[in-house]
Amino acid sequence: MSAKAHALLAAAAMTLTLAARADSLPVPADAPPSFKAECGGCHLPFPPALLTAPDWKRVMAGLDKHYGDNAGLDGKTRRELEDFLVRHAGGSRMAGAGDPPRLTRTEWFLREHRKVPEATWRDAKVKSAANCTACHTRAEQGSYREREIVLPRSK
Amino acid sequence: MKTATFLLLSLALVQPAWSAAPRELAEGYSAEAARNAPGFKPSPRRGAEFYARRFAVSEKMPACTACHTDSPAQTGQHAVTGKAIKPLAPRAEAARFTDPAKAEKWFRRNCTEVLGRECSAAEKADFIAFLTEAP
Repeated sequence: MSAKAHALLAAAAMTLTLAARADSLPVPADAPPSFKAECGGCHLPFPPALLTAPDWKRVMAGLDKHYGDNAGLDGKTRRELEDFLVRHAGGSRMAGAGDPPRLTRTEWFLREHRKVPEATWRDAKVKSAANCTACHTRAEQGSYREREIVLPRSK
Repeated sequence: MKTATFLLLSLALVQPAWSAAPRELAEGYSAEAARNAPGFKPSPRRGAEFYARRFAVSEKMPACTACHTDSPAQTGQHAVTGKAIKPLAPRAEAARFTDPAKAEKWFRRNCTEVLGRECSAAEKADFIAFLTEAP
């Protein structure tokens, strides 16, 4: 095989790996039961990889004022959730979430969603950019593949 | 005739599966309410009025209906996050009010948000009476 073919194959493999990584964000197997019960009460229990560790710590330090809601937890549950989130936190490409940190503001998130029409964000079925399942029909299963995306259209 | 008897029997057997636990929970709240107001009886009518009342404490969640829709047997939608919320009525969602700790947690959180205070035992008993009454 020529050097050029090798390079092409390597590039293709890398693209596939990167695509697979962005497409698949399953809940890590060591998630405590409180992850779904507490973090999943009002929204999808977000993949921990979508915020950096310092940002997760910031989120968990302010649960009594959680984006306008009091989501306070007992100390033990709070600690086990913070440990879990930090353990699986994303790297530097998830930087830029702001303060309070919003996983919908990271450079990565904005880049991934740059083609989403403005009207979709405002759609009544979407309500919030953090409503992953509004368009990613299999988000609850941790799957974000392009072919599973259905943009809702309210009348 | 045989079929009818069988159907009735099945109903009698099936029904408690979703109604026993909420009833027990409501009985606990009723007993607590009766300690403050002797002779308290839960009222589905008061519960329905409570469910539809506009408290207007929270801008985005002025009433129960803001997220749970006008009918507790329907799928709701979180007013802020857009997440789908399963129906509140046990006849539509059998797991509702079967876990007392979970019910307490959501009464505490949602009453604080929508009413600006915790709900009383009487309000909780009425609420469950409304949600578990026959459609």
